[in-house]
Amino acid sequence: MSITLNSVTKIWGREAPPAVDSVSLDVETGEFVALLGPSGCGKSTTLRLVAGLDEPTSGRILIDGRDVTAAPAEARGIAMVFQNYALFPHLSVRDNILFGLQVRRAPKAEQAERLEEAAALLGLTQLLDRKPNALSGGQQQRVALGRAVVARRKVLLMDEPLSNLDAMLRQEMRQEIRALQKKLGLTVLFVTHDQAEAMSMADRIVLMQAGRVVQVDAPERLYARPAHEFAARFIGAPPMNLLPLDKGRVAGFAPRGAPSGAAWLGVRPEAMRFAETGLPATVEARDYLGAETLALCAAGPARFSVRLAGAGAPDPGAARAVAWAAEDQHFFAADGRRLEPEPAASLMGERNPA
Amino acid sequence: MKRRALIPYLLLAPGFVLLAAFTHWPTILSFWSSLFTTARGRRPSVFVGGENYAAALSDPIVLKVLWNSALYAAVTIPASIALAFVMALWVNDRLPGRGFARLAYFTPTILPMVAAANIWLFFYTPGFGLLDQVLGLFGIPSTNWLGSDQSALWAVMVVAVWKEAGFFMIFYLAAFQAVPPSLGEAARLEGCGRWGYVRRVLIPLVAPTTLFIAVNALINAFRVVDHIFILTGGGPNNATNLLLFHIYETGFKFWDTAGAATLTMILLAILGALAAVQFFLLERRTHYR
Repeated sequence: MSITLNSVTKIWGREAPPAVDSVSLDVETGEFVALLGPSGCGKSTTLRLVAGLDEPTSGRILIDGRDVTAAPAEARGIAMVFQNYALFPHLSVRDNILFGLQVRRAPKAEQAERLEEAAALLGLTQLLDRKPNALSGGQQQRVALGRAVVARRKVLLMDEPLSNLDAMLRQEMRQEIRALQKKLGLTVLFVTHDQAEAMSMADRIVLMQAGRVVQVDAPERLYARPAHEFAARFIGAPPMNLLPLDKGRVAGFAPRGAPSGAAWLGVRPEAMRFAETGLPATVEARDYLGAETLALCAAGPARFSVRLAGAGAPDPGAARAVAWAAEDQHFFAADGRRLEPEPAASLMGERNPA
Repeated sequence: MKRRALIPYLLLAPGFVLLAAFTHWPTILSFWSSLFTTARGRRPSVFVGGENYAAALSDPIVLKVLWNSALYAAVTIPASIALAFVMALWVNDRLPGRGFARLAYFTPTILPMVAAANIWLFFYTPGFGLLDQVLGLFGIPSTNWLGSDQSALWAVMVVAVWKEAGFFMIFYLAAFQAVPPSLGEAARLEGCGRWGYVRRVLIPLVAPTTLFIAVNALINAFRVVDHIFILTGGGPNNATNLLLFHIYETGFKFWDTAGAATLTMILLAILGALAAVQFFLLERRTHYR
């Protein structure tokens, strides 16, 4: 089942700016889409609008081609996993999973069959008689998934489902959720503020800021071709270096092919290296991270980091030239838009003056 | 070293002294004096053992009073708890003016029972009381609510429920607000209606609060008799005579201190037994987070 949002807007108060600002989006059947953004960007509100827990101020929501904008939550045929899992603390794992079927008075035999299937799928068979507070975080997470599985709903909404787990478990659950989604052919809309989660799990990422969609793309595209300065700053760890340009120059150095009107030059730390010629910079500090070291550098007003393999980095205070390939450059206008480099860029570079 | 060992006892002393002086010692004294006859004139007090108890339990007035108290508790406790639950559900919703509604429901709690009883005395007054005036509009003749032994106890119960429910509502309101809203949303997504949510989720989740309220309601049902003084004075024909009120009259109107001490011990035994039952039975069926 597909999900379509058609310029959906949600305004909470008359004075407040819109929490969700004309968001349009298509999620195809069987697709895993992550809503990514900093806290307060409207991603959770968007999810709640799809779930029917809140009503949009304007715009339309379609599930499987059917307009559900005014439909109550239970009529939308969706399942949802909440950030705190929303397990009923007074019910056993069995009754938590069967809650929906019991409410809908499904036949006992069918309940038992579906329970067995869901429990086996999620490895909960041994835990059915426990209460939620006797389970670990990962097990609680599985029970929440079990509730979605047992309902045999084809659309699954997840609101920061991994944020309450420790790092190890998070890694494990990422793969488990992805495998479950593939196996059951679920359409998943997944809210997260953790880019690693979004990058590793999603088919496509919807990057949001201040209620608006900044970019919708596959993780690789989002990383390789950020469409906006915000996407460049948000994606990647550490994020892309953004060097301020003054009339096409940064600290007197002219990068090749800077289009007119470019206010920022973006280069990823991993695309930068120390070389014989290039942007003259001073190493200010080092961040040793084990497999790599970040050299924090300054060049005029620009502050940026260079990613080096291993522990070898110049001592603070050292002067070095920093170089990068022309195809690793990203230019952004003052309003954040991506600008394409001048077509003749490769012929006009600093290192091959005409 | 010895002085250090004393410090915990010194810190416990104020509480212990207060409890001992005003609770434990009087209890023991009451029990002691319930074993003797009341001294009258030239007849001194004599040890009679359990005779006072035998006399009390064969006294038709005492039996009537015990029955009244049992009925009073059996009706007012569930009624005030149910009403408190419904009122709390109502004012927990996002409705306009809910602060005002909460205040309105809580007002009877702030009023002293004597003041509340006076207000209801006006409601119940035959002929020109509020109740009769309203009923009169529908052609129902004037009723002496507090004067007839058919209706007097029920009229007194209504006052008690009205007075208690607002107080219990506050506890339910606090309990409801501790329930994460995502539970309600999860239930909604499963197609669980409002009543289903209340029955399947809310009532079991606030069970500890219900237990707490039930214990308090039980104690209050036997402990608060101020309104009897104002509304009926125990009449007509002992129809509204409750155990504590009867103890007061026996002790301080008829000056039968031994009889009052005997009834006090009976009251203590009843309360102790009921509290024990509540804790041991409900505790097991109550889910604590």
